[in-house]
Amino acid sequence: MGSNGGGFDFDLCKRNALLERKGMAPPKAWKTGTTIAGVVYKDGVVLGADTRSTSGSTVADKNCEKIHYIAPNIYCCGAGTAADTMNVTAMISSSLDLHRYATGRQSRVVTAMTMLKYQGHVSAALVLGGVDLNGPHLFTIFPHGSTDALPYATMGSGSLNAMAVFEAGFKEDMTKEEAMALVAAAIRSGVYNDLGSGSNVDLCIISKEGVEYLRNHEFLMAKTYTRKFPVTYAKGTAPVIKEKLIPLSAVDVTEGAEEAMDTS
Amino acid sequence: MQADMKALHKMFMSRNVTYQHSHGRPMSCPATAQLLSNTLYHRRFFPFYTFNICAGLDEEGRGAVYTYDAIGSYERTGYSCQGSGKDLMQPVLDNQLKAASPLVLPPRNSVTELPLEQAVDLVKDAFVSAGERDIYTGDNVEILIITKDGIKREELELKRD
Amino acid sequence: MSIYTYNGAAIIAMAGKDCVAIGSDLRFGVQLQTMTTDYKKVFQIHDRLFVGLGGLATDAQTLFERLVFRHNMYKLREERDMKASTFGNLLSSMLYEKRFGPYFASPVVAGLEPDGKPFLCGMDSIGALETAADFIVTGTNSESLFGMCESMWRPDLEADELFETLAQCLLSGIDRDALAGWGAVVYVIDKNKGVIARTLKGRMD
Repeated sequence: MGSNGGGFDFDLCKRNALLERKGMAPPKAWKTGTTIAGVVYKDGVVLGADTRSTSGSTVADKNCEKIHYIAPNIYCCGAGTAADTMNVTAMISSSLDLHRYATGRQSRVVTAMTMLKYQGHVSAALVLGGVDLNGPHLFTIFPHGSTDALPYATMGSGSLNAMAVFEAGFKEDMTKEEAMALVAAAIRSGVYNDLGSGSNVDLCIISKEGVEYLRNHEFLMAKTYTRKFPVTYAKGTAPVIKEKLIPLSAVDVTEGAEEAMDTS
Repeated sequence: MQADMKALHKMFMSRNVTYQHSHGRPMSCPATAQLLSNTLYHRRFFPFYTFNICAGLDEEGRGAVYTYDAIGSYERTGYSCQGSGKDLMQPVLDNQLKAASPLVLPPRNSVTELPLEQAVDLVKDAFVSAGERDIYTGDNVEILIITKDGIKREELELKRD
Repeated sequence: MSIYTYNGAAIIAMAGKDCVAIGSDLRFGVQLQTMTTDYKKVFQIHDRLFVGLGGLATDAQTLFERLVFRHNMYKLREERDMKASTFGNLLSSMLYEKRFGPYFASPVVAGLEPDGKPFLCGMDSIGALETAADFIVTGTNSESLFGMCESMWRPDLEADELFETLAQCLLSGIDRDALAGWGAVVYVIDKNKGVIARTLKGRMD
């Protein structure tokens, strides 16, 4: 049991393979259907993401976070298997942290990119963005390990919707406001037109001056109807057979009479 | 499947006209329900890719809901739902209405029969809730209220994502 | 058949005002054969923390044993109970450790944080963490549980209302699931009172 040593544990692989051979389908992991996107603007990078995570055709999380922290100057949007995008970014973030302690220098975006290539074992499609001493950078990393450096990039099931918006509206050297509006429009087109993407728009703006993480930058739509006759269940509706109180087992402090300190 | 839905619907419209010409009155709800079952079973080995509910007023003027599987097995119930969001809706309807036993006399649609306003409220809520969690449910919902005075159509916007 | 539906389960956790509730059905079956009807899928970790484990029962039990072990070690080291959020992260990393050979379990964590605020989180079998302010469900027919909760949950439910709401969601949800049911158990964690455990009568078919 490699509990504290770190790294993966392959104990159950054989058993699971056996079950699979016997016709037991393995469980489906949560996916982030996802529209993620990023653009380079005049003095930095804007990253954007929707906030839906799905399990099959049901929504597992209506407001999840897909823009992950990598370093103070680098963030990364993740699409694909939710657990993979979360953990892969967390692992790289901690390695870079240690690297910064060792070198005393700001992390570079290419370093993060090189570390994130996982050659297909981990299904994470990423849009990596950041600003370092060489200026703003934007990369896409595919699950099988190929990478691109681009001025504007999209990933996930809504990538085509978002890319259509980028192709129509991208200009070089945009202002921050223009870039934010463009990325938000791209994510919105994914949210509305791609079933795998939905809910809200998150943005993250990285420039030399610092990072602005705008969680739920656009809240697109709340429930469209609330009941005129809301359901309330009166106390005692549910048929209870047995009821037991498990009291809090906190230590009771019984205070005695005050005593003077023994100074003899 | 949209094509099958259109085809089936078109066929029903024409069957209804033919029926009216030969019988001089529109098809009753139970007759329509039986016809739908026959039509679906007719394609037993190449079914219409449709999920069906047939609803209306029967000869006594009571509300009737008929629910089907893909190949024509059908049942008269008090309430039903079909489609990709049915798993989300069915327990809500069960909880609020509860199916009445078919043995009860006089026959009833559900244990708790709701007045119209509350029934529409429940239907709207069921759709909004399904739209939250089912990725295939959304945009708009069309509600038809069938009473002895006629059919009223309502539309409710759902989330567009 | 999916390995997830081998034993059958239905678990809901819900947040209320300064309280949380978590409940499960009581069926333990092997495919369509019901074996026992007193199998709780919700386990207590400490005073203010519960974990519900759906999926394959053997993995759920193993995972629970390991969780108790890790929590005991934490208590020896730190001389305090683990925070609910910490526990959620621990469980998530324990599951992701087995990314390429996972436990077939989908957990739900429900507890109160030290400040008395409710904490809920759910995971898939490889530890994709999802925190929620309203409710978390898991089980063989999670759609029907989702549908009920989405309709019935309201913010700021008091402990009693929370119990009734969760009970109705669970009972109506499992009536449409052939692999879960046969009664239910619900735990309400109240900030002041402690934990109230209630066993519910459900359809026995």
